[in-house]
This record gives sequence, structure tokens and C-alpha cells, in this order.
Amino acid sequence: MTQTPTQRPDADRVIPDELPGDSVGLVTPQTAHFDDPLALACGKTLPAYDLVYETYGTLNAERSNAVLICHALSGHHHAAGFHSLDERKPGWWDAHIGPGKSIDTDRFFVVSLNNLGGCHGSTGPISLNPDTGRQWGPDFPMVTVADWVHSQARLADRLGIERFAAVIGGSLGGMQVLQWALAYPQRIANAVVIAATPKLSAQNIAFNEVARQAIRSDPDFHAGWYYEHDTLPRRGLKLARMVGHITYLSADAMGTKFGRDLRADDFNFGYDVEFQVESYLRYQGDTFSNSFDANTYLLMTKALDYFDPAATHGGDLARALAPADCPFLVVSFSTDWRFPPSRSKELVNALVHADKAVSFVNIDSPHGHDAFLMPQPRYQAVFAGFMSRVARDLNLGGPS
Amino acid sequence: MKRADLTLIHDWVPEGARILDLACGDGTLLAALACDKHVSGYGLEIDPEGITACLQKGVNVIEQNLDEGLANFEDDACDLVIMTQALQALRRPDLMLDEMLRVAGECIITFPNFAYWRHRAYLGFKGFMPVSKSLPHAWYDTPNIHLSTFNDFEQLCRDKGLTIVDRAVGIGDHEGHWTSRWWPNLFGEIAIFRVSRHRD
Repeated sequence: MTQTPTQRPDADRVIPDELPGDSVGLVTPQTAHFDDPLALACGKTLPAYDLVYETYGTLNAERSNAVLICHALSGHHHAAGFHSLDERKPGWWDAHIGPGKSIDTDRFFVVSLNNLGGCHGSTGPISLNPDTGRQWGPDFPMVTVADWVHSQARLADRLGIERFAAVIGGSLGGMQVLQWALAYPQRIANAVVIAATPKLSAQNIAFNEVARQAIRSDPDFHAGWYYEHDTLPRRGLKLARMVGHITYLSADAMGTKFGRDLRADDFNFGYDVEFQVESYLRYQGDTFSNSFDANTYLLMTKALDYFDPAATHGGDLARALAPADCPFLVVSFSTDWRFPPSRSKELVNALVHADKAVSFVNIDSPHGHDAFLMPQPRYQAVFAGFMSRVARDLNLGGPS
Repeated sequence: MKRADLTLIHDWVPEGARILDLACGDGTLLAALACDKHVSGYGLEIDPEGITACLQKGVNVIEQNLDEGLANFEDDACDLVIMTQALQALRRPDLMLDEMLRVAGECIITFPNFAYWRHRAYLGFKGFMPVSKSLPHAWYDTPNIHLSTFNDFEQLCRDKGLTIVDRAVGIGDHEGHWTSRWWPNLFGEIAIFRVSRHRD
């Protein structure tokens, strides 16, 4: 415990005229360093590590209004607001975090971190391994959802948060929420699990394996030591992202957005970009392969594959859920085929069988898995409705 | 709680019961029962506004179409299943009754009584499909596809060998003012049944 993060009083918050009024404004990431070793599920131990995080809103005197945001596969700590006025886009969940938004920063103190193994500032493959003095690279130990939740609990300790008013996450983030409810039932007052699943299907794992093979078979991958060869496995990571991106969108959304539109007036009978959808996927892949670390991508997909809380209970999810002690909100999206509504219902049914408090909503949306990131009237009404009840139960004030 | 059928149901619910409320609407009944009778359980609903209202109240609500059955609830999962003013909108009310009494030993059902004298008069004298407080829709856009009478429902229970534990009628907004039980099929606007799968 070497450093105590300083709280920025709201009065110091800078909101220039150029930023939207419902934004948390300019935010600055902070870093918490931990010297107490973290024993991981894989049997290895991280001797020390950093977690980079952002906070929005103000922690109240009772420290009862904290909300933890858990990020998905390629997410990070920058969930809301802007790092600078030059930043083109706000944080990845800005649609739902801010003054008056579903996660209302006028009432809640929001904590959003980059998970271990990440590539946005928390300790991960691009960090230095203290034992060798070189980057961890492929030697970075496998981290699981349970490991992340342990490290998040330590960050909560550091911030003086005994119990979160809610732990919230979509996709892989939803798995972390579920793990919170099982590992730390006394420290989570409400669980919001969005577009998630209690475990990956064979098809989900298959897609992840294609992504991993794309990365690992890139000649520039160098068995994970590409940093030392002054290169990046861009082609592999690009392919991995292109495949992933297809699974994030619905067939209808792709059809509506691109159809069979061509970039030129006619076919050119070659393998350059012809269809708009090719152009889009290549662009997404290129952008991602220049900004994300391949070893991190590999780790995150393995964390997804491994997650299965029922496994240690003979496959009986209801039995695995026994420790959970908080109300759940489970949300799915109608056209999500990566983690379809049926997977959310699986979780809901198990919660019902385990006699837990749960609400389930299936939002009609054309946007597939990605819908969880977007604003949509019914999604916002449901999310805000649940969070207003959370605030009321904890006497956090604000609009009812 | 102002709706007449809800007031009576309130008195029939045992303390601390585990309840399933089918077509729970905005969660008013479950919220009141949780507060007054310390019940637990879930409401099922498909109306988006109703679901959001439940979430705001802290009522556990599950988005589920009743016409798809209750397969996700185990036998005897609850003490009591309640369904107010929804039976007549289901594709197969008889199968739902079976499902309700699989999930719990007892159920409470309320529905608009089509044989209510005002409905009879409307049809008999005016010659139009009845429109009333309990049947507010026009014939072409009504969700009520299986209208029935007090007598019809008693007949269904008899055919299924079910026990009618209690029955009552509600008349409009006259909360607490119940007609005698002499001619419920004629004077009851809303039929209220408490049915058990156990024989006497």
C-alpha cells in the first residue's frame, strides 16, 4: 500500500463549453500500485502490479454510492468523459455514464479500471517483468475472471469502498459481475449483467480459437516476443478483430449498413477492397491492430473461454449461485447471436431455481452484441429504472 | 391499491408466501404484498412500460410471454400463482391453468365476466360487442381473445377435477362493496377464483 489516490472534488472538474452538458467532462486516469503478491488461478503469482483506473462523480461520506464498471474483451478504464479536448470520442460507455444518465454521476461514484493483463496501463504483457528486466510478453501469466475480481476487490480496499452499490458490466464484463456476486457476496449490493453468458458455448470458443490462431500464425508474432523484434503481428491481430467484429454485429445490422454496396461503380474482378463491408472490416482491423496488444488479446480470449462457475458444482449453475446475495438485473438484446437472449435466460432460470432476486429484460435491438454499448430508449429506461431503485434503497437522493 | 380484485386477493395471500404473479403489470400487487405480507417471488410481464415500472419499484420482474408456458419454473416452485385480468388474453387458458397448478398447489385468477348484466344488455339491446370498464377495447383490437363467464370457468375447473377454494365477484370501482354470491354470473363484473389442485 504505497499510495492513496486523491479524490478530485467536483468543484475542480473542468467542463469546457465544447463538451456535452451530460458528460462527466475531462477525466484523468490514476494508477494504484500494489506490492502484495496476487496468487492466480493458474498457480502462478504476480509479485506486484499496477491497476490504472478512472473515477467519475464523488464518493459520499458513508462510502455507500460506489459503482464498479467491468470492461469487456477489448475495453479499458476509459469508460466516460474525455481525456482532452482533442479526443475525438468519449469513453466507451459514455452513453450510460454521466450526469442524469443511467449510471447517474450526480448520485453514484463510478470506478472503472483496466484489468490485469490489459494493454492500457495496468500490468500486462507489455509491462516490465521485474525478474527478467524485459517485457513480460508471452510469459505474462494467464489471468482468469476470478483473478480480475480479486484484484478489483483490492482496488476497492484501496479506495475505501467496503461494498459497491452495484457492480455492472457487459459481455466479458458481465461475467466479472457474476463472479463478484459469488466471490464477494457481502461486497456487492446489486449486480447488473448485460449481454453476457454464464459460460461460453463451443461455437464461442471456436471463434476465439480462430482469432488466436490468426495471431499466433502471423510470422511477426515471434512466439509472443514481437516487441524484441521491433515489430507487431498486425496481420494476425487484424484478422482476429475482423472475425470478432462479425460476431459483434447482427446479420441485419450489417445488411442495413452495407448491403452489397460497392466502393466503385462496378466489379473490378480482383482481390482489393470491392464491397463496402470489406472496407469497413479492414478499417476496423487496421485501427485495432495498431492500438491493441496481441498478447493481451490472447489472454482476454482465454479468460472468456475458462469462465464457467458451474464447473466446480457438477455443471449445476443454480448450485454454483448459492453464495449470491444481491438482486440481479440481467439484460439481453434480441439480435445478439454472440451471447443470445437464450444464454441470459439460462442465467436467469438458474437464479430463479436458486431462489435469488432477479429481473430479466430482453431489449429489441437490431445491433447484435454491440447493442450493449449503445444508447437506446428502452435500454436506457430499464437501466435507469433499476439504478434509481438502487439509489433509493441506499438513500442516495436525487430524482426518484 | 384501488382495483377491486387486487384488494380481495391481498386478503387471500398467506404471510411470507412465495409467489408468481403472471402478467404482473406495473408490479403494484407484488410491491404491496411484499410490504404488507412479506411475500417473495417474481412477476412475469411483456409490456415494456410495466417492466420498467417494476424495476423502479424493486419488484423482481422477468420478461416472458405467458403463451410460451412456465417451463422455466419447476413443479411446486411457488406457494401461490396469481394471474389478474390476463386469462382471457391467452392463446390457451386451459393449458395455462394446468401450468399454474403445476408450479404451485393453489392459484388465484381474475378475469372479466362476460355474462355480467351490463355486457348482456349491451349485446342484447344494442346488438354490439360489449364495451365497458372491464372490457374497454373494440372488437377488432381487443387482446381479449378468450372471453368467458363465471359459469364457464367453474365448468372448466369441474372438468379438470380442481377444487374451487373460494370465489368472489368485483363490481367496478366499488371497493369493499361486494354483491351477495347469489347470482355472481349476472351481477359480477369481475370473476375472482381461488383454485387448488388438491381435492377436498
